[in-house]
Amino acid sequence: MAVTAGSKVLNNVEAVRETLYEAMKSDDRTIILGEDVGARGNVFLITKDFINEFGPERVIDTPIAEASIVGIAVGMAMEGLRPIAEIQFADFIYPAFNQIVGEAAKTRYRSNGEYTCPLVIRTPYGGGVRGALSHSVSIEALFYHVPGLKIVAPAFPADVKGLLNAAIDDPDPVLFLEHKKTYRLIKGEVPEGHYTIPIGKANVIKEGRQLTVVSYGLYVHWALEAANQLENEGMSVEVIDLRSIRPMDRTTILNSVEKTRKLLIIHEDNKFGGIGAEISAMVAEEALFSLDAPIRRLAAPDVPAMGYAEPLEHEYMSSPAQMADAMRELVKF
Amino acid sequence: MATKSKTSGSASTLERRGLTDEQLVGILRTMLMHRRLEGRGFELNRQGKIPFASAGEGHEAVQAGAAMAFERGKDILVPYYRDLGLDIGIGLSPLEVLLSLFARVADHSGGRQFPHHYASKKLGLYSISSVLAAQLPHAVGAAYALKYRKETGRAVLATVGDGATSEGEWHESMNFAAIHKLPIVFLCENNEWAISTPLAKQMANPNIYERAEGYGMPGVQINGFDPIACYAAVKEAMDRARTGGGPTFIEAKCYRFLAHTTDDDDRTYRSREEVAERRKQDPVPTFERLLVEHGVLTAEGLEDLKRSVLAEANEATDRAESMPYPAPHDLYTNVYADSYQPWR
Ligand SMILES: Cc1ncc(C[n+]2csc(CCOP(=O)(O)OP(=O)(O)O)c2C)c(N)n1
Ligand SMILES: [Mg+2]
Repeated sequence: MAVTAGSKVLNNVEAVRETLYEAMKSDDRTIILGEDVGARGNVFLITKDFINEFGPERVIDTPIAEASIVGIAVGMAMEGLRPIAEIQFADFIYPAFNQIVGEAAKTRYRSNGEYTCPLVIRTPYGGGVRGALSHSVSIEALFYHVPGLKIVAPAFPADVKGLLNAAIDDPDPVLFLEHKKTYRLIKGEVPEGHYTIPIGKANVIKEGRQLTVVSYGLYVHWALEAANQLENEGMSVEVIDLRSIRPMDRTTILNSVEKTRKLLIIHEDNKFGGIGAEISAMVAEEALFSLDAPIRRLAAPDVPAMGYAEPLEHEYMSSPAQMADAMRELVKF
Repeated sequence: MATKSKTSGSASTLERRGLTDEQLVGILRTMLMHRRLEGRGFELNRQGKIPFASAGEGHEAVQAGAAMAFERGKDILVPYYRDLGLDIGIGLSPLEVLLSLFARVADHSGGRQFPHHYASKKLGLYSISSVLAAQLPHAVGAAYALKYRKETGRAVLATVGDGATSEGEWHESMNFAAIHKLPIVFLCENNEWAISTPLAKQMANPNIYERAEGYGMPGVQINGFDPIACYAAVKEAMDRARTGGGPTFIEAKCYRFLAHTTDDDDRTYRSREEVAERRKQDPVPTFERLLVEHGVLTAEGLEDLKRSVLAEANEATDRAESMPYPAPHDLYTNVYADSYQPWR
């Protein structure tokens, strides 16, 4: 990979690590707290050696108590610090649901702006890693219903850095989702130094004329692979990487659909009540008469989880080939 | 380390615990104002002027005593919903209370929150939800910030009901505060009831303070009807917290004389005899008598005090009632920092 001056090639783990490191270096209000973030340096080694450089007061190995990992971070944020709380795996965020939904997301609103909650909650999510029931979940649909919260799920290393910087700078709570299968799989050029990518802006990563595909996280990469294959077959597919789930970039989606007149939403989370449901409803409300085909969603079946056994995991997830099939069908509709 | 402190004020003795006459009268005034304003909430509800009110009758002593140990301009209070007396005691005005009851636009939350959910940086008063024990991790996080910034001389006072100590967030907060020796005092107002559920159904050991030792912090039990004892215990604990001595858990035993809220009917779960029996120890007339008997206040002075409390409460009621509600479009502000166009 040829590297542009002022950039370097990082994978997603390295992009998170570099961004956190720079935030710790540049602002001593920044505090990292979570399970095994100190001596071990996080289970994916994202914060390796941070504790040696920044000390145990700023890199806190917490007790195994997710509600208070978030709740204590809320208090720190209300008191002027800039906490970055880590939930070791998204599957373990449920005990913190109240603190995220009932407290962090409502601090500004309920105090009419007197108190704010500039808090980042980072967590690895997603499957395809033989993580079984409790190391594979997607949690975004459980949280995207909540005004007051922002949710980000970047796919590319440069977006990871720009959006994590934006999340850290943001005066409101941000749930920052890192797809763990992309951690080491996905590499890309990342600009050096501090820059931000606005939360709430999607990215058209491939332009096309005949179909709009909207996705986020790991599936962005697979959808792109499938769209490129269709290109070779003479079909033109536009791919949108949502990047932010809340607020959602309605303009980019609607503009694209107005142009291509067809919409496919692809996500790893199960279908019922997922992000695709909201996008479908929004497009149906705002652009129904621009559509030349029914909106289509390719998502996981409505079962509680992907299984540990390989066939169960495969059956739950969508493959690039299945994505290509869904795209072909819609283009030809 | 778990200790029971002795009662310091009986009708015959007055142990001042370092309190001046002015401070003693200040405590009584907070108690009187607390009772008056909560009574006002119930009256306004019965008159159909406000939809809801709650009351802390029976909590006046512990709250007014604790508030006297709070250093204004320095300490942080993270209360729960039944802490009107504490809120007033650290400087909240009757007008602010009435604005909250009437849900006016000038209320701290702009009329969004239930009564007595205040938020004032000036007072060091944290914003809370109604979710039990959810405020405790915030108090711990704030205490962590004080310690991290090496702001000695400041501490956090966090309160909780007896029932809410069954919540996981109570445990998590106690544990973290003890591990990091944070400048925080947990004050539990044990009124023996959690709506209709008595203590015996919340916990096998009714001595909540004994749990503190298990977390590695001192636990103290005090008579929550004795404002001076409450002041002394909270003061000692706050001083320890302010000087790097770590957290303390204080259990103040009191009682809730009225129903849980205006929407509750406590006759459905506890006898009138029980309530009448506990009323005999009502801390408000008891403390009035104590101060008069020991010459801190004359009988006439007490009447003046009561009159001034009533006048202030009446004036605040009239003023707040005449002030405007939030406008419908106020629903849309302060969702995020940036301007935000909600879908609808
Ligand atoms: C998490 C949560 N569960 C339930 C409730 C409903 N609720 C409100 S007050 C209350 C009883 C609380 O009792 P206690 O903690 O002893 O405080 P008290 O009201 O007696 O002062 C309950 C169950 C709530 N507000 N929050
Ligand atoms: Mg109670």
